[in-house]
Amino acid sequence: MKKRMKKIKGFSIQFMPYSEIKNLDSNERVKKILKVVLGNSILILQGRLKSEEETRLIGDTMALVGHLKNFRGIELAVVSGNGKEGLLGRMRKNLADAIFQGGSDSITIIGPATIVKEIKRNPKKIELLLNK
Amino acid sequence: MSKIKSFFGKIFGFLGRKKDIKLGFYGPPNAGKTSLANRICKDFTGEEMGSVSKIPHETRSVQFKEKVEISYKNKKMIFKMVDTPGIATRIDYEDFLKYKMKKKDAKKRAKEATQGVIESIKWLDDMDIVIVVLDATQNPYDQVNITIIGNLAARKIPVMIAANKIDIKKADIKKVESAFPEYKVVGISAKYGKNLDMFYEEVFRLAKKI
Repeated sequence: MKKRMKKIKGFSIQFMPYSEIKNLDSNERVKKILKVVLGNSILILQGRLKSEEETRLIGDTMALVGHLKNFRGIELAVVSGNGKEGLLGRMRKNLADAIFQGGSDSITIIGPATIVKEIKRNPKKIELLLNK
Repeated sequence: MSKIKSFFGKIFGFLGRKKDIKLGFYGPPNAGKTSLANRICKDFTGEEMGSVSKIPHETRSVQFKEKVEISYKNKKMIFKMVDTPGIATRIDYEDFLKYKMKKKDAKKRAKEATQGVIESIKWLDDMDIVIVVLDATQNPYDQVNITIIGNLAARKIPVMIAANKIDIKKADIKKVESAFPEYKVVGISAKYGKNLDMFYEEVFRLAKKI
């Protein structure tokens, strides 16, 4: 039997500091994020997931499409340094990454596709286009 | 001891390599993965790999072509070509209705497409070399592109980026290059077979790395 997602009457934006997922394993991280997104909230996560966790999140959400009514997947974007930092900047970033793991200078935005139509990204700005 | 093991492992691994090199085609939907795989297969085997369409998610299961011998400048290598469904974070059957598809067919296509994404992800681990095919007329900073390339880098799989559709005026290879400065970007047109010499040269260069 198909589960139903709650009918959208609006949306909320939830901020999650990296400390909330820092000590979780990949499975728990993805679960925690999915819980927020399936509750029709746009999640702003401090830091970023590992690339394999991002892939897992995509795979898990794809597995839910067709099983949850009105669920069509997610929109996802990571905003971070543009990689054009100088040697000193890169060293600083690597050091910060080593200390904070994925929680240094990145922000991850994840929203349900029913609410977020598109996240347009270029190195300098990010645009969140919402569905009517 | 581990160094000795690694040394012999490399030697026997090299001598024992009988399997063909698995060449994967990854990327977002409608970037031209199957068009490129078809072009290569047609050039070297006379047969195509799969059907192409303007409707996204035409390839919805992983396609294989065994024993494709690619020859370039007196060099020959045998590849197992692996064409994968486009990776997307959202799939909405209503998007297919725009292509005058019946609702029932659109829903079926969407269901198969979601399975295809999952299958593509599962295959990531098995590749020897990956060609990430991007549509050079689109914004390269899409998170799917970044996630795919990040995954391949984490798995230490040699990667090149094929910036496809350079025959279209809007194509911007420089933008793709600036989005992924650490990777070799080759601008191609799979449709017209443009710039494939440079593409094959890069494939052979990557094949030496594995």
